[in-house]
Amino acid sequence: MLHTVNQSPFQKSTLESCLRFVRKGDVILLLEDGVFAAQAGTAMSSLVEGALKSNKVYALSADLKARALTDVIQGVEVTDYAGFVDLVEQHTTHAWL
Amino acid sequence: MKIAVTIYEGPYNHEASDSAYNFIVAALAKGHEIRGIFFYHDGVYNVTKLMEPPQDDRHIANRWSELGAKGIDIVVCIAAAKRRGIVDSVLVPNVRISGLGQLTMMAIEAERMVIFGD
Amino acid sequence: MAEDIKKIMFTVRKGPHGTIYVYEGLEVKLIMAAYDADISVVFIDDGVYALKAGQNTKELGIKGFEATYGVLVDYEISKVFVDKKSLEDRGLTQDDLVVIGEDEETEEEIRPKVVDADEIAAMMAEQHNILCF
Repeated sequence: MLHTVNQSPFQKSTLESCLRFVRKGDVILLLEDGVFAAQAGTAMSSLVEGALKSNKVYALSADLKARALTDVIQGVEVTDYAGFVDLVEQHTTHAWL
Repeated sequence: MKIAVTIYEGPYNHEASDSAYNFIVAALAKGHEIRGIFFYHDGVYNVTKLMEPPQDDRHIANRWSELGAKGIDIVVCIAAAKRRGIVDSVLVPNVRISGLGQLTMMAIEAERMVIFGD
Repeated sequence: MAEDIKKIMFTVRKGPHGTIYVYEGLEVKLIMAAYDADISVVFIDDGVYALKAGQNTKELGIKGFEATYGVLVDYEISKVFVDKKSLEDRGLTQDDLVVIGEDEETEEEIRPKVVDADEIAAMMAEQHNILCF
């Protein structure tokens, strides 16, 4: 499964909910305001740091750049739309809107 | 691979339609087939020709229309559209209004369904 | 069930009435139920409030949809699940939820089935496609 999360962890508990349903081999893609969760050293960093222990976490580069986020949590893979397409090709998708 | 894309939010107000567009362009560049694009909820506002954004901004409706010109089936949900005053006469070219059966067929026939919204 | 019948899951995570997503999402389920698809619906997070019995939207002045949930089984949508933690977090139990139909033989009331996240995740993994509302 590919889980896409587009909400800020500071505003909504979407990512936290998503993480309860993530299984081994599932991947998480942070996009739009979801990329705020990928920032290192924040009050919400522990969500992604915890997820990284068992699953791959990706963050969309266009959204990171647009929001001037450069300090990304170590282990998060920054990807572009082409990489997003590859993830979709590999996994059935659930959007945590 | 056959991929369908569904969009729930209106243009400009939400990033969903930009994310969806960029995703679709990347998927086409990789040789995937876009089985269809379905607009639902406020997403139906994406394809009205009445929009007139500033010249230095992207024209979201025209962008969808150009994808439609490439043969991609772009469908606006009739129930959601009627509720919001979107009818055939205000649509950009290469887009059609139809029922939720179209979304159903996309969900069944496409190998992947990717949804963009709020 | 034949191999070529696709499994389609709906997830409902938004509350009712604050936005139109749940209502228009229900319209999709009713249409899709008429097609050859193996449909399941899962209520998570504020989505569980959409199933709470006793909703009255008269004063608000909008059309409610609790009555439609009451006949989901008649539409042949009987695989209806609720995330246990979402329910408990909101101080609700299965008894607080709407009846979605009755068993044809026993005439017993059918309510959404309460399951845990692991069970839902396992179901998600089996789907052809998942639509969120």
